[in-house]
Amino acid sequence: MAKYDFVIAVGGAPGQGIDTVGKSMSQICARHGLHVYTYSAYQSLIRGGHTFLTVRISSEPVANHGDEIDLILAFDANSLEKHLENVKPGGAIIYNSDDIKKEKPERDDIQLCPISYKELSGGTDRKKLMLNICMFGAALNMVGGDLQVLEDIITLTFLKRKGQAITDANHAVARAGYNYAAENFTPFESQFIKQEPLAFVEGNAAMAMGGAAAGVKFYCAYPMSPSTGVLHWMAQNARDLNIMVRQCEDEISVVNMVIGAAHAGCRAMCATSGGGFALMSEAIGSAGMMEIPIVVINVQRGGPSTGLPTKTEQGDLWQLLGASQGDFPKIIVAPINIMDGFDTIPELFNLVDKFQCPGMVLTDLTLSMGFTTFAPDSINWQPEIDRGELITGLREMDGEYLRYQITDSGISPRAIPGTPGHMHVVATDDHDEDGSLISDEFTNPHKRRDIMEKRQRKMDGIVELLPPPTLEGPEDAEVTLIGWGSTHSVISEATQKLTEDGITTNHIHFKWLYPMDEDAINEVLAKSGHAIIVECNYTGQFARFLRGETGFKADGHIRKYDGEPFMPHHLVDGVRELLIGKTDLYVPYQEIVV
Amino acid sequence: MATKERPIQVAPTAKDFRGKVAPDWCPSCGHSGILTAFRNAFAKQGRGKHDYLTVSGIGCSSNLPGYVPTYGMHTLHGRALAVATGAKLANHEMSVVVTGGDGDGYGIGGNHFVHTMRKNVDLLYVVMNNQIYGLTIGQASPTSLLGMATKSTPFGNVEAPLNPIAMAIVAGATFVARGFSAEMKELSELMYQGMQHKGFALIDVFSPCVTFNRDNTYDYFKERVRFLDEDHDTSDKAAALEQAVKWGDEIPIGLFYQDTSRPSLEESEPVLEHGPMAHQPLGVTPEQGAAIIQRMM
Repeated sequence: MAKYDFVIAVGGAPGQGIDTVGKSMSQICARHGLHVYTYSAYQSLIRGGHTFLTVRISSEPVANHGDEIDLILAFDANSLEKHLENVKPGGAIIYNSDDIKKEKPERDDIQLCPISYKELSGGTDRKKLMLNICMFGAALNMVGGDLQVLEDIITLTFLKRKGQAITDANHAVARAGYNYAAENFTPFESQFIKQEPLAFVEGNAAMAMGGAAAGVKFYCAYPMSPSTGVLHWMAQNARDLNIMVRQCEDEISVVNMVIGAAHAGCRAMCATSGGGFALMSEAIGSAGMMEIPIVVINVQRGGPSTGLPTKTEQGDLWQLLGASQGDFPKIIVAPINIMDGFDTIPELFNLVDKFQCPGMVLTDLTLSMGFTTFAPDSINWQPEIDRGELITGLREMDGEYLRYQITDSGISPRAIPGTPGHMHVVATDDHDEDGSLISDEFTNPHKRRDIMEKRQRKMDGIVELLPPPTLEGPEDAEVTLIGWGSTHSVISEATQKLTEDGITTNHIHFKWLYPMDEDAINEVLAKSGHAIIVECNYTGQFARFLRGETGFKADGHIRKYDGEPFMPHHLVDGVRELLIGKTDLYVPYQEIVV
Repeated sequence: MATKERPIQVAPTAKDFRGKVAPDWCPSCGHSGILTAFRNAFAKQGRGKHDYLTVSGIGCSSNLPGYVPTYGMHTLHGRALAVATGAKLANHEMSVVVTGGDGDGYGIGGNHFVHTMRKNVDLLYVVMNNQIYGLTIGQASPTSLLGMATKSTPFGNVEAPLNPIAMAIVAGATFVARGFSAEMKELSELMYQGMQHKGFALIDVFSPCVTFNRDNTYDYFKERVRFLDEDHDTSDKAAALEQAVKWGDEIPIGLFYQDTSRPSLEESEPVLEHGPMAHQPLGVTPEQGAAIIQRMM
């Protein structure tokens, strides 16, 4: 059990600086040495609408936003009204009493903390954006945070951009809020503790950083929520890290540019969401056919079509499995948490370079737009870089260079354009060992069979290198929760809660999705108890895939497709319901509505 | 992989730019002349065969990379310019040339066509324009003339053709020319100039399809094409546009427009100052990593 585990949520309208508050709050916690995971439930609006940001703060690493909210900061009347019921008994809500028009909020099991910003600022300065700093100061007092840390963050945020006067004004407002809370509100029993300072990162940035560490020298994208953060990080760091970063006219151009750059010798990557990925489909097959290593990140949002631009889902699995016509070697991986997103990119690049095929990262908004903390020395900036069988200079050769030489492994040494003596054509039409087309007038069924089998042999090598999932928790548990990708933390927490409650539960989690090693995976699945597959989509995409690959049929399913990520209690409730045996599908009710 | 230095050989001649495979184009196809002009221009540049990357899309003309012994990429339909841009930015020391047809470049690849010109990527793009879809055996293309009967327009084409020359001048290409595959000497020279040009060079080439286009034949063009006057000012955008919109009994060919002042994308991008991206050391140094983490604290 964590020594400290506390959830603060902030509600307001976009434009009220909620994202800045979330970032600042994460930063303050990180400087206290506390771990955070933030989740922002927002809408696809620049102004207007409603945003609700949840920050879970813990003395231990944390990767989901938890079940209950201890403290809410309601920036506007709308947030107070919407979220008053979401505070757990014994919690508190700080709200802007200037914005409350009619009756006062009523709940006698929580602490109501009105702040009149008008009063605190003497009625002179009515800058709305400073209100959040004021409430922030109050919150910090109630949780026992260090005001100096907040003041440092304010300086960092404002001094360079807005100057001394604005910085001072914000300091004053923060102090006013802090002092007002000290005099008027009751502090929480559970107080901030101080540990070694941590760093914090957004999920998209973590993947971009992983790309940089992996040696990505070419990144391009077309903006698409919720993947655009990767582009922003790359663009911001391009000159320092010497990376070519481009924004393209569409995703078709994006992936084709990546293919061109990868063929010319760069490690090249791009990121998009489901709609953009659909446009990339044809080219992903061409990378398979031309045997060019590329990495494509698909950050899932709610589908179908343009769907839910600002909400999460795991609904693109079959899109990736089926991307592009025909059979070709490919790898699909779903990172299990934000920092795993960092590690996954270099791992995948080594695989695609070795096997000269497209690699796809399947993640979602929950990870990509969440913030997490990490120990600064825990990042491996120098992961192993293995570029596979690459030819970059003249060498001794027997006869002519064959780009698609038939080998036992299916891997043919790859010459980079510009290398003397190895000229060849790579073609999206099928081709002979030397790259000559066998598509039209030279079609030859034996050559076609040989080259198809050569390419597909690479799958055997890939399967051997992908680790099967492990069983987490007791082997002989009554219930086994099976998940993939971003749901690792929430399932893990539910597993613990269920076990504590007397329903022993373990957890099998899939990161490497394709190709699947049927025997190795069946060996793990054979140990499962009452097996329940947890996923964020309507049709049970992973359940169907797993059944197709291994023949494994789960006993029950927990699915969510309302746009909001799972909370641990959704799974706990689901398992209880499913164990009664009246249904094999549980769809949790989303209590917090934004 | 064992590597061995070898002295650079004598620059290859046009003959050295013959590929292993003979073209599968119809006898007297316009594309054959363009292929010869390519070989001449490659040779005139004096670079090694390995210094070229020839990129194409899909269509009869897009088979060209298979017929020259340079590095080649035969990519998806319409995507050659995007792939070539990626390759050029990854190694800008290579000479990257792009070939394809009017359907590939102006139809399915229209978006990339416009934006690659806007970006002024340092590429030579040769469109082998026969005003018809040949490989799919004869449908209207974006440059088919009004009234032309094809398999997809059996009662005559009612859609107006686009004007690639005028489009290119307006969209930001910095070298815009038109050739005719029967005018070999001039075409070879235009291609050479296009390769030498720093920035995006478009050469639209009339390349008669002897099988499916009975309207725009060799005779049709021989009667109409005339070289731009020697006093045509290629640096004058308005004058270039005035020539570009001419079509009828007289159709101008030659270099319409060239802007040598606008830097190419490669020249504008500071990260290329250290040399080709493909040759850069990979990864993040401990110092760079520490600086990144510091900003996240």
